Amino acid sequence: MFNLRDWGADLWDRSNRLTRILIAVLSVALAASLPLLGGTFLNTPVAEYESVLVFPIAIFVIMALGLNIVIGKSGLLDLGYVAFFAIGAYTMGFLGTKTGLNSWEILPIGIAMAMFAGLILGVPALRLRGDYLAIITLGFGEIVRITALNLNVIGGPNGIVGIPTPPTIFGLEYTFDNHRLYYWTFLIIILITIWMIRRLSVRRGGRAWESIRQDEDAAELMGVPTFRYKIWAFVLGASVGGAAGVLYASKTLFISPDNFTLQVSILILACVIFGGMGNIWGVILGAVVLGYLPDRIRFLSDARLLVFGLVLVLMMNLRPDGVLPRKKREKALPTKDSNE
Amino acid sequence: MFILDLSSRGVKILANFQSQFMTLTLGGLSLGFIYVLIALGYTMVYGVLRMINFANSEIFMFGTFAAIIVIRDIFNFTQQSEPATGFRLVFILICALLGSMFLSGIISILLELVAYRRLRNRGANKLAPLISAIGMSIVFAEFVRIITDSRYVGSPRVMEKSSLATFFGADIRLDNTIVVVAGFILYIILQQFVQRTRLGKAIRAVSMNEEAAKLMGVNLNAVISGTFLIGGLMTGAAGFFYILKYENTVFSIGFELGLAAFTAAILGGIGNIKGAFYGGVTLGLLETYASFFLGTQWKAVTVFLVLVIVLYFRPNGVFGEAITQTRA
Repeated sequence: MFNLRDWGADLWDRSNRLTRILIAVLSVALAASLPLLGGTFLNTPVAEYESVLVFPIAIFVIMALGLNIVIGKSGLLDLGYVAFFAIGAYTMGFLGTKTGLNSWEILPIGIAMAMFAGLILGVPALRLRGDYLAIITLGFGEIVRITALNLNVIGGPNGIVGIPTPPTIFGLEYTFDNHRLYYWTFLIIILITIWMIRRLSVRRGGRAWESIRQDEDAAELMGVPTFRYKIWAFVLGASVGGAAGVLYASKTLFISPDNFTLQVSILILACVIFGGMGNIWGVILGAVVLGYLPDRIRFLSDARLLVFGLVLVLMMNLRPDGVLPRKKREKALPTKDSNE
Repeated sequence: MFILDLSSRGVKILANFQSQFMTLTLGGLSLGFIYVLIALGYTMVYGVLRMINFANSEIFMFGTFAAIIVIRDIFNFTQQSEPATGFRLVFILICALLGSMFLSGIISILLELVAYRRLRNRGANKLAPLISAIGMSIVFAEFVRIITDSRYVGSPRVMEKSSLATFFGADIRLDNTIVVVAGFILYIILQQFVQRTRLGKAIRAVSMNEEAAKLMGVNLNAVISGTFLIGGLMTGAAGFFYILKYENTVFSIGFELGLAAFTAAILGGIGNIKGAFYGGVTLGLLETYASFFLGTQWKAVTVFLVLVIVLYFRPNGVFGEAITQTRA
């Protein structure tokens, strides 16, 4: 079968520096021109195409990339990722309405809050094995939502309304329906995230994560401080989630606890696994497909989630490693005769 | 002034607590036994597969609906009909219990076939079956949601919830008594089953060392199916007891109780039958007291915090795992 993942990796490996830059610039340009290319046929029943690009697609891509650090790179199952998204969004909502700070000033605060929450949760939880971690994070996601629901300071069940838009920069004005500007801003964030993950992957941290994912005991025996690197992966993942939350809140201008249910966690998890755990491009593909599809198949209305569950089961049975799985281990070895 | 006010309020709550203590304890105990049975479902599967069965909560949900179907559609109870008494009542209750256990057991075996077996035989990565189980749990919950139109389904009252006796000012209600006694009997039966029967022995062998058990001629697939069946039966029984106590259910009931029951299993030490028992009872009591002091909306938060604290000091739960193969 035609293997898109290996074809892409091959192309990249064979290219020289100039071609690589060209490929990168071309793909960025293509991504940036997406809002201009789509026609009305891409509109979904609930929103027009340009706004769908911003939310859910761009937000999903950011979150899936963040979750990918936790699950794909280091193999920690996090089922409460929405908690960090919620913390970022509520930081934006609370500080944006109560203080005079603007989105760009709140962004680092939101990221810091999410990282702090990741640390608080990670220190007890990451001492446990994978499955326990799954349930603790799941509980944490629910706790954050319940707390938001019951705290009247942050609006309780009504949420926060009237979150300010980001301030005008370089003469560009962020208004509610200026979807293109939001999209381009988010695209920059996505590119920064991709760059960060790619840099980290080839360094000490990335190699440590890889070893933890493959065999934690062996990694520990080889002298990898597994606990510390697991915390790092968790906190970095949280920071990306927090950033996504801040951006989401400054785009929708209204948040409520209903936006941060367990379903969001599961959906993002599905993006990562559907696309291919550990592979950035697979994850992005997964997020684009799963961000777009549920709105598009709204004609199934009630059975939407049912179909989604079935797709999850089917996908896992047919391709347990996702649509674009990570590069095969053999590729890194010098001999090529051991294909399967 | 404020502190005085607060302390007088505190005294009031405490005095209230004292007078309510037995009532709360009895209610918490019966809730605890429901948790014990669901936790047994989690723990059995975990003991053998070393994997959380995420769809166990939906198996519980099926158990609650099965009990309602038996009571309402087979015995034709309506909201107006007279509560049953005597032998008829016993017969109906046993039928409903068996109905719940049967449906949950069947669904549990089906789940293993669809979500676990193929992936296990392929030797897929460890996350894959977890995700397919989550997928199945979404499918189950959504299926029931569509059928029931997201509504709560009430059960007609089969029996008078009369008080058998009073104990330190608290009514010992019939339904609570049935839940506690029957739950305890089921727990003992399960324990004896795992200790004494051939299948029980095989389950213990697989949970100790899968490879070695296979080499000794244990049929792995059959044992795993059997484990899912037993776990499903216990979880289904919990569904029936839930209906007996609370008399209504909804498609998302599994999620609410499942998370708590899983917490109970971890609290006691997952994979350990005794752990599920003590964890379940502790959690039931804890939750009831916490709801009294802090209000029901903070119940889940309290439970979660207790879990985190316990795991921080004892990463393998209070009673540890059955198998000592754990990681620091």
